[in-house]
Amino acid sequence: MSQKQEVIHSRIWEETPEPDNPFAAAGCFCAGYDVYGELLGQAGWAEYLYLLFKGEKPAPAQARLLENLAVALANPGPREASVHAAMSGGTGGSTHASCLMAALAVGAGQLGGAHEVALAVACWQTCGTDLTAWRERLQNPPGDDAIDVWPAMEHPPGFDPHGASCATPVRQTLAVLKEHSGILAWLERQRPDLEAAAGHPLGMTGVAAAAFFELGLDADQAEMLHLLLCLPGAAVHALEQREYGWRRFPFFGDGLQLVDQSDLQPS
Amino acid sequence: MHGPQRLIDSEDRWITAMGAWFPGRTVVLRGKDLFRDFQGLPWMGLLLYGITGRIPDDKQIRLFEGMWSICTSFPDPRLWNNRVAALAGTARSTATLGLGAAIAVSEATIYGRRPDIKAVDLLYRLQRQLEQGADLDQLVREELKARHGVTGFGRPIHKNDERIPPMLALAKELGYADGTYVRLAFAIEESLRRGRWRMNMNIAVLLAALAADQGFSCREYYHFMVLSFSAGMFPCHIDAMNKPEGTLFPLRCERIAYQGPARRKWKDT
Repeated sequence: MSQKQEVIHSRIWEETPEPDNPFAAAGCFCAGYDVYGELLGQAGWAEYLYLLFKGEKPAPAQARLLENLAVALANPGPREASVHAAMSGGTGGSTHASCLMAALAVGAGQLGGAHEVALAVACWQTCGTDLTAWRERLQNPPGDDAIDVWPAMEHPPGFDPHGASCATPVRQTLAVLKEHSGILAWLERQRPDLEAAAGHPLGMTGVAAAAFFELGLDADQAEMLHLLLCLPGAAVHALEQREYGWRRFPFFGDGLQLVDQSDLQPS
Repeated sequence: MHGPQRLIDSEDRWITAMGAWFPGRTVVLRGKDLFRDFQGLPWMGLLLYGITGRIPDDKQIRLFEGMWSICTSFPDPRLWNNRVAALAGTARSTATLGLGAAIAVSEATIYGRRPDIKAVDLLYRLQRQLEQGADLDQLVREELKARHGVTGFGRPIHKNDERIPPMLALAKELGYADGTYVRLAFAIEESLRRGRWRMNMNIAVLLAALAADQGFSCREYYHFMVLSFSAGMFPCHIDAMNKPEGTLFPLRCERIAYQGPARRKWKDT
């Protein structure tokens, strides 16, 4: 090997090899901590997640906030679009990975999904706890004329365009998360004003975005972590529908109505 | 608050003109019978009809098929999206999972779907402004300032795009090399050259220009390009499957160049 070999640069992960095999790791270190030699057995899942994303051990309140958020997001339930997508894989006996890929693809979106969370985190980065700034942003969202693979937003990020009022689980999550977060406490206090400005009730994406902001995650990190945290429900519901089989899964047999293009009313 | 009225109205009710399967009888696609109305239409024609609602003629099918054949079918596992398909092979995952993920990864920023949609948007924006009397050099300068580059110009890895001559040759053969947007793409390249920006045209803008000259909207072109890399991905996956497992570009531990915090104790912090 005369030529200098290319390397993977990382601030997160370091490995030392086994003496008998340069491709087998003997030591794995995450941000300086010995993962299998010390961290395993001592750090909780939420603490380790925080370490991976932030490179630092979380304060107890941060770990608690992330753990509670992870519980809140773990299963949006089988009616939710990303879980529905996973179940659509499960019911036909698709590979398990494809069910999770389906959940990721749908749960990535801008209606209740991870990209909406990222956009909501961007709102927090701009407005913080300035109610006037929030009102201005919600009533006059910044126009972005640059086209992208993502479509334009159709509702204020973090709010539920189909909600009649703030849903009970959203309020319950907010009430628990605020115990470890000044940001979420502010959100709970200002919720009526923010909802009035948005014209929609606060959604779970809005709560999640506030929690990610409190944890110091940027929009990209929040998007990734939201994708990840929503997967458990998708996994188990896909497995469940695989077991029930396609005959017991909605097909919407009479739900599709084919019309001529000229018969369609613009929405 | 709008409330859930739209959801209530949509319950068990999907009204569409796009198409449907009538079990045991037929399939309708955008108002046409799949078994009756598309006889002889190549798959590429059907794909374009599904996306645009317009049946392409033979020349257009050759053009769009040529875009994929010439420009987007590189069987090289070093390319990042192809590498996903190859890694799925070397890790003994399935072809469908590997290809599905590789196609999703192709929605990238430095190549693939983002440059595609931004390139066609750039051409439409600039052409509109030129028709209103704007100066191209000024528009290019503004684009560079606002977006730190001009989509479709410049290229990672190698500055010259080897796909342009063969694609142009096909476009010339079909009579499509002199359309409004193809000419605009070359005019932008010339403007960048005059400004000494050293950013040559890459294939993204030429393909976008050819599609724009065929009347494709930004989203139609984006949809058309979604599967465009797939022909190059299969060989990468198959090759990795045919070799001993785990042997595609293995990395020894020392190939991780760690740049993070020094070793520390979890208990101490």
